[in-house]
Amino acid sequence: MAGNQNLKFKGWRRENGRVGVRNHVVILPLDDLSNAACEAVANNVKGTLALPHAYGRLQFGEDLELHFRTLIGTGSNPNVAAVVVIGIEDQWTNRVVEGIAKTGKPVTGFGIEGTGDIMTIAKASRVAKDYVQWASEQQREECDISDLWVSTKCGESDTTTGLSSCPTVGNMYDKLIPQGIYGVFGETSEITGAEHLCKARAASPEVGEKWYKIWKAYQDDVIEAHKTDDLSDSQPTKGNIAGGLTTIEEKALGNLEKIGRECKFIDALIPAEAPAKGPGLYYMDTSSAAAECITLMAAAGYVVHTFPTGQGNVIGNPIVPVIKISGNPRTVRTMSEHIDLDVSGILRRDLTIPQAGDALIDMITRTANGRLTAAEALGHREFVMTKLYRSA
Amino acid sequence: MSAPHVLVHEKKDTVGVVVVEGLKGGTDMLCVVTVDNSSFNLPAKMDVPIGHKVALTDIKAGDTVWKYGQDIGKAIAAVAKGEHVHVHNVKTKRW
Repeated sequence: MAGNQNLKFKGWRRENGRVGVRNHVVILPLDDLSNAACEAVANNVKGTLALPHAYGRLQFGEDLELHFRTLIGTGSNPNVAAVVVIGIEDQWTNRVVEGIAKTGKPVTGFGIEGTGDIMTIAKASRVAKDYVQWASEQQREECDISDLWVSTKCGESDTTTGLSSCPTVGNMYDKLIPQGIYGVFGETSEITGAEHLCKARAASPEVGEKWYKIWKAYQDDVIEAHKTDDLSDSQPTKGNIAGGLTTIEEKALGNLEKIGRECKFIDALIPAEAPAKGPGLYYMDTSSAAAECITLMAAAGYVVHTFPTGQGNVIGNPIVPVIKISGNPRTVRTMSEHIDLDVSGILRRDLTIPQAGDALIDMITRTANGRLTAAEALGHREFVMTKLYRSA
Repeated sequence: MSAPHVLVHEKKDTVGVVVVEGLKGGTDMLCVVTVDNSSFNLPAKMDVPIGHKVALTDIKAGDTVWKYGQDIGKAIAAVAKGEHVHVHNVKTKRW
């Protein structure tokens, strides 16, 4: 489509060259114990954003590495202008600070031990105030569409997502990946039933094998190890079944419509891993739970999320705008305040999938330029760390 | 073309998706195959909610059920053409 060429948007170009579409100053807790201090700082200094979460103590091994990768990645996301990190201990706090500092953006850390909450909050609040005033003077500049990183994950799927909203996202990727954007899809468990099709969409046999190992490991190490009978009570979910989805295979085939018809994925990433093979579509090993998945994709550096829904998922993210797309006419009527793009015309055959893809590209650029998504306007800020196993 | 009652992904499929609300048994359903825009008519045997599937052909217990041109599971009971297809008569082959 000629209308999709030379697309521009206005974003904030950060110190490392990456472009953000939001300008948050984040108050980031290293651990659960530091949530209270972070929330107090965010209350003191208007325009800052605390990201409370449940973990960060006594984790070890790959689970601890994922914790650090997620926190450092979140602070490093170009939608974030500056960061204050607060943790109970200095050493791990500094590890997060040093990780974020590699982007060149302003970041300062505070340890609570030996200082107490009240003095820590006072010191951190002064820094947060300087950061938010500094950030407020940073200006958006015109950027090429190739500076945009767009993630996808669907939720509360039904049969309409596979017919309409997921292929709408796929059509968008088929048009924008060739123009140099970064894309990502994930949801390891929800590819079950479409794994043969997914593997065939890898850009090379090596990438396909790398992907297949991740998928197979989940089947063997998680499902087989922990299932009580089968996954029928959670995959498909009760909401999926109410919406007409019968089996995991049917759900997976609809899910995979999100990667379109033409683009191939060029690498398979571990959770929260930043893509490093240049522009293109990536796969990331994630849970299919919406908040966990989007948190991991944001930590990998994606700045806009596209979220097809059938029955009506209400998910948002604190630092990344989440664009909801639905083709279910009942959902766009009964949950209209949650839907950014109505593609129900596809079911009536008065809207084609390429037309819906164009409408999504338009909504992505409007969102990048500053339009608040439904989830942002309604205050949805789900930030959920992925935990691989029990802490020590 | 008037709005369809049922959308079918691929020619090979043995089930289609009801895309209108309040579909009543006895309706002469307009079914459209999205891959080539071909269409056919099929009488609904029962009320079927939006998003749920109907059988496009008679399906025997044990038969593979096809959607997206792919295997989505097996019938665990016989389903007649025009009847509701869901968890009561189709199950995954996995787990």
